[in-house]
Amino acid sequence: MYKYIIKRLLFLIPTVIGVTFIIYFIMNITPGDPGRAILGSGVSQADVDAYNHAIGYDLPFLQKFINYLENMFLHGDFGISYVTKQPVFNEIWPRYITTIELAFLGMIVSTVIGIPLGIYAAVKQYSATDTVASLISFLLAAVPTFVLGLVLLFCFSLKLNLLPSYGIPDWTGYIMPTLAIAIPIAAQNFRFTKSSMLDSIRQDYVRTARAKGATERTVVWKHVLKNALLPVITQIGLNLGLLLCGAVVAEQIFSVQGIGSLIVDRITQKDEPVIIAGTILISICFTIVMLLVDIIYAFIDPRIRAKYTKKRG
Amino acid sequence: MEQLNNNGQILEIKDLKVVYKTDLEVVEAVNGISFKIDKGKTCGLVGETGAGKTTTALSILGLLPERTGKVLDGEIIFEGRNILELPDEELRHIRGNAISMVFQDPMSALNPVYTIGDQIGEAIKIHNPELSKEDVEKRVEEMLQLVGIVPSRKVEYPHQFSGGMKQRVVIAIALCCEPDLLIADEPTTALDVTIQAQVLAMIADLRDRLGTSMLMITHDLGIVAKTCDDVCIMYAGKIVEAGTVEDIFSGNRHHPYTEGLFGSIPNLRVKSARLKPISGLMPDPTDLPVGCEFSPRCEKCMEICRTQKPDIYTEGTHKIYCHLYSGNVNNNGETVPEEEKTDE
Repeated sequence: MYKYIIKRLLFLIPTVIGVTFIIYFIMNITPGDPGRAILGSGVSQADVDAYNHAIGYDLPFLQKFINYLENMFLHGDFGISYVTKQPVFNEIWPRYITTIELAFLGMIVSTVIGIPLGIYAAVKQYSATDTVASLISFLLAAVPTFVLGLVLLFCFSLKLNLLPSYGIPDWTGYIMPTLAIAIPIAAQNFRFTKSSMLDSIRQDYVRTARAKGATERTVVWKHVLKNALLPVITQIGLNLGLLLCGAVVAEQIFSVQGIGSLIVDRITQKDEPVIIAGTILISICFTIVMLLVDIIYAFIDPRIRAKYTKKRG
Repeated sequence: MEQLNNNGQILEIKDLKVVYKTDLEVVEAVNGISFKIDKGKTCGLVGETGAGKTTTALSILGLLPERTGKVLDGEIIFEGRNILELPDEELRHIRGNAISMVFQDPMSALNPVYTIGDQIGEAIKIHNPELSKEDVEKRVEEMLQLVGIVPSRKVEYPHQFSGGMKQRVVIAIALCCEPDLLIADEPTTALDVTIQAQVLAMIADLRDRLGTSMLMITHDLGIVAKTCDDVCIMYAGKIVEAGTVEDIFSGNRHHPYTEGLFGSIPNLRVKSARLKPISGLMPDPTDLPVGCEFSPRCEKCMEICRTQKPDIYTEGTHKIYCHLYSGNVNNNGETVPEEEKTDE
């Protein structure tokens, strides 16, 4: 198992190189340049070119790519932002902390709402709770984040004046962005848990457990749940991974300074160092989350554990 | 436990009717069957797929699918009490303890995420909460030994066992509380032939050693001949013929369906080019024939068979439900049926 984890972590290196290459390549083939974006349209082309030359933007893209890798791996240097002239790391890190906070809050809230409800709805299939919860989840899964965000803003900030509408001044600032992120995912988790539970409940081993004389509670919590959780965990991991990429829409609506809005801003200004460093950070986090999912998977399912540990047993 | 009711019968089923109800249709799975199992004896329930054998077994354990399966009528009397009227909690104490079941498909009958030791131990713990952890473990090892698995393998998971070994584990789970009645639902159908023989021999051996009564559900007459004392032949949710193994295998009169079953078995002593299968299919359980259920496929079908349910014909312990023998003198079997020709 440790061997496997180390192997997966080492795999991060080619991932980072690949991500860097792809971004330089895309940046190279898309129009626009940082000089024009920063200096504005009233400046002569000669000045813009001079600006681009000064920041090193006009180098061939392969050379830029190799320079960047060299600086990153040999000196731990992620470059200087074209726009703010600040070290990239200082710009990204505080915003990424916000994103991580929101992502984990969103994951926890969506899990805490979605999974227990899903379990309940599966155990009491066709009950009133099941019907109502299924209907609501249908609805919520279909509502886009920006609609949900605006409705929340309208209710809690504008009408009730309970929560701040702008940024994160204190802990209350987390509430609405978290809800906006978590509710659609909670609906998704609910549906996923329910169908996975229903699938598991109909398995033969559940009948075996009942035939042993196990109580209904043991049957559900011990035999059904552990098997049903496997696909749900993948789902949670995937969603967490996506949340760690930044929630652009929610960040915009609630004016939260996260990584998503930062990267979108800088793409329009062609601020290559920030875009690349941000993307690398995101891909590293994503890979680590997926690795964690795999580890949890192996922890729950002995068949998968057996695949990682080569020995028979 | 040894209270004597009804002359040492452990289980008596009276006129059991079970349906599966869905929004679209009503499947009549079991249509008024009655039989009993004597203490220490093995009763075979024989019939083709869909005859209602497993449904009968599941109703005995109260494990019919919750929403769809319904017992419409009848009684299942186990040790003097009607199981169908017991509260859930009491039924739970019977399950796995007094009555336990070996399932058809060992591949899916074990929970993939727990060790086999856990799964056997769970059954022991449920019905013997007073046992300490060490005692449970000891009992688990004993059970594994009993079914021929090295006890040290108790920490392994189901995916590490072959099909035959898994079925042994399932049998160990079923027998670990020394049940009074063991229901074996086609225990060897999913296994290959060599393993079938081993598993059957093991079940028979354990049954004799523990003095367990048994309900053997199968479609294999060879298994019946080897393991059973009494036999019920089931067709479309009804028992069409019942009796001792001798009655069924060497009686001189049979239900045409039983004859068909025997005709489908290859005989090594008689030279024949082809087997003689029963033509046609089982009737649609949502739309059963008005008369005898077997009439559409019966070679000896008469006018009356299509319109009227057959009466019982008894010859000692041998019972046949068929119009062929109605009107005959019961109980001695001397008179030959008046008409043994087909009407059509």
